[in-house]
Amino acid sequence: MSGSAVSELLLSVDGVTVDYSGFKALDGFSMTLNRGETRVVIGPNGAGKSTLCDTIIGRVRPSAGRIVFKGEEIQNLPEQAIVGRGICRKFQAPGVLPSLSVRDNLALAARRDRRWWKSLGTGIPVEERAAVEEALEAVALTHRADVEAGTLAHGEKQWLEIAMVMATGAELLLLDEPTAGMGPAETSRTAQLILGLGDSRTVLVIDHDMSFVEQLAAPVTVMHQGKFLKQGSVAEVRADPQVAAVYLGHTA
Amino acid sequence: MPDFSALTARFAPVKPLLPWLLLALALVAPFALSSYDLNLLARFMAMGILALGLVLIWGHGGILSLGQGVFFGLGGYAIAIHMKLADLPDGEIPDFMVWSGRESLPIWWEPFTSPLFTLAAIVIIPTLAGALFSWAVFHRRVGGTYFALITQALSLAFATLIISRQDVTGGFNGLTDFYSIFGVGLASPGTGSALYWVTLAVLCVAFIALRWLLASRFGILLRASRDGENRVRFLGYNPTPFKVAAFAIAAMLAGVGGALFTLHAGVVSPALIGVVPSIEMVVWVAIGGRYSLAGAIVGALLVNLARDAVSSAFPELWLYLMGALFIFVVTLLPRGLAGLAKGKAA
Repeated sequence: MSGSAVSELLLSVDGVTVDYSGFKALDGFSMTLNRGETRVVIGPNGAGKSTLCDTIIGRVRPSAGRIVFKGEEIQNLPEQAIVGRGICRKFQAPGVLPSLSVRDNLALAARRDRRWWKSLGTGIPVEERAAVEEALEAVALTHRADVEAGTLAHGEKQWLEIAMVMATGAELLLLDEPTAGMGPAETSRTAQLILGLGDSRTVLVIDHDMSFVEQLAAPVTVMHQGKFLKQGSVAEVRADPQVAAVYLGHTA
Repeated sequence: MPDFSALTARFAPVKPLLPWLLLALALVAPFALSSYDLNLLARFMAMGILALGLVLIWGHGGILSLGQGVFFGLGGYAIAIHMKLADLPDGEIPDFMVWSGRESLPIWWEPFTSPLFTLAAIVIIPTLAGALFSWAVFHRRVGGTYFALITQALSLAFATLIISRQDVTGGFNGLTDFYSIFGVGLASPGTGSALYWVTLAVLCVAFIALRWLLASRFGILLRASRDGENRVRFLGYNPTPFKVAAFAIAAMLAGVGGALFTLHAGVVSPALIGVVPSIEMVVWVAIGGRYSLAGAIVGALLVNLARDAVSSAFPELWLYLMGALFIFVVTLLPRGLAGLAKGKAA
């Protein structure tokens, strides 16, 4: 990254409310993300973490508030336009495409021109091959590049989807529970993978697993009932009595 | 579930040869079959062209259409109208119009006098109809079972429309009694086998083109949106144009198949394109194998061959038999007959 962009604003979620016929999944929620930052969002079930992701990528439209990415309001853009601006999300349940090979999954993600008539050709365009191989290496799936993604183990699927999100070249990666269903060893590898993204990418991670959050050593935003509750380091958040009451107390 | 793996293993080495074997048989057929049987085979091959389109949209796109009869009919009626007009003495209108009290040709019949217009219409009208219809549905993000139901309603509406406008469509009886195509007498020697060669050529071109398309990035994306439309959408693609393009191609193949079928059968009528025939088209492909182009052709041939044999001996039995076959395939052979050749993938 160029210059000393210490606190260059990338994303700002500003007073966003999502109303599911009376139930406010997000209730005037605000947060900001700086370029190159890794941030973890935690909160008890139903706090609105996944809805936050849904809203940023345009799957759910807010009834109030604004989402500003690189200075542009994106809350009304079509989904593919939001991806085009540089935001990509990994879903909670692995969203790999099971009947495609691992390599084809990544090639699909790495495609630069996604209009349908540009797909009338075979193979991976030359200029996208390097990105695909790089993504394969990043998640150590090179040796399984030609198997159907549906036959991968659960952890491998999670990594493949992270690699797909990376391969889109998105600046902002939303990783919704990247360690769901993983054991401690796999969780550590996932943390290494995310840390390895360095400061070229901005990463928003949603997770429950506090040991994973500690390994990321990133600032934490705590959500509760669709609202912002607290922000700080892992230690600060742990020590906060309000946070303990709504969240950590239930899971300890 | 029974274990077909022994059978599969024995069959597997033959699999790559299967399309070539079929082609060899098709090349020999005109010299080995009577003109009646050749005509029958050509009809079934025309249906095979439609079946290829179903592999594209249903097998690889996950789009179940119970309305392919509509596009089959559009192609069939286009060529039928042309032949009706071509056989007509100057200044006269088809006999069924006279019986229905009409005094002049409907204005939309006129352009079909031109062979060139008719040929273009056979390709363009079903393609355009398929594109517009599927765009209207897919861009509202309606899919799955709902889409299948809408296509079924479409085929019901289409058949009803044709029956109700007897004066311009021939109604329930359809259009029949054709004597010539592009100046060549249908009964003259050699016409039957020439039309057979045309049908075989179209089938081969469609097969090769679809094989390429399914292996292309387009085919990959089609399978991807079948398996995870949301994932595809949130990788930055708009799946709608891909699905619309696939549906339009399938509609085009159905239309071309319908036109060729009409040439061979000498008739097009609502009974060939309505709700039940549209379901039967899906059954051919389910039996042959909806993921396999060669399988779908084999399915169309075998099922229609069986239909011809059974329904001439026991007319009432056929629907039951087809239902039973369908249930057998869906429960035991989800990949159809082609699944037997597919290898051991569970």
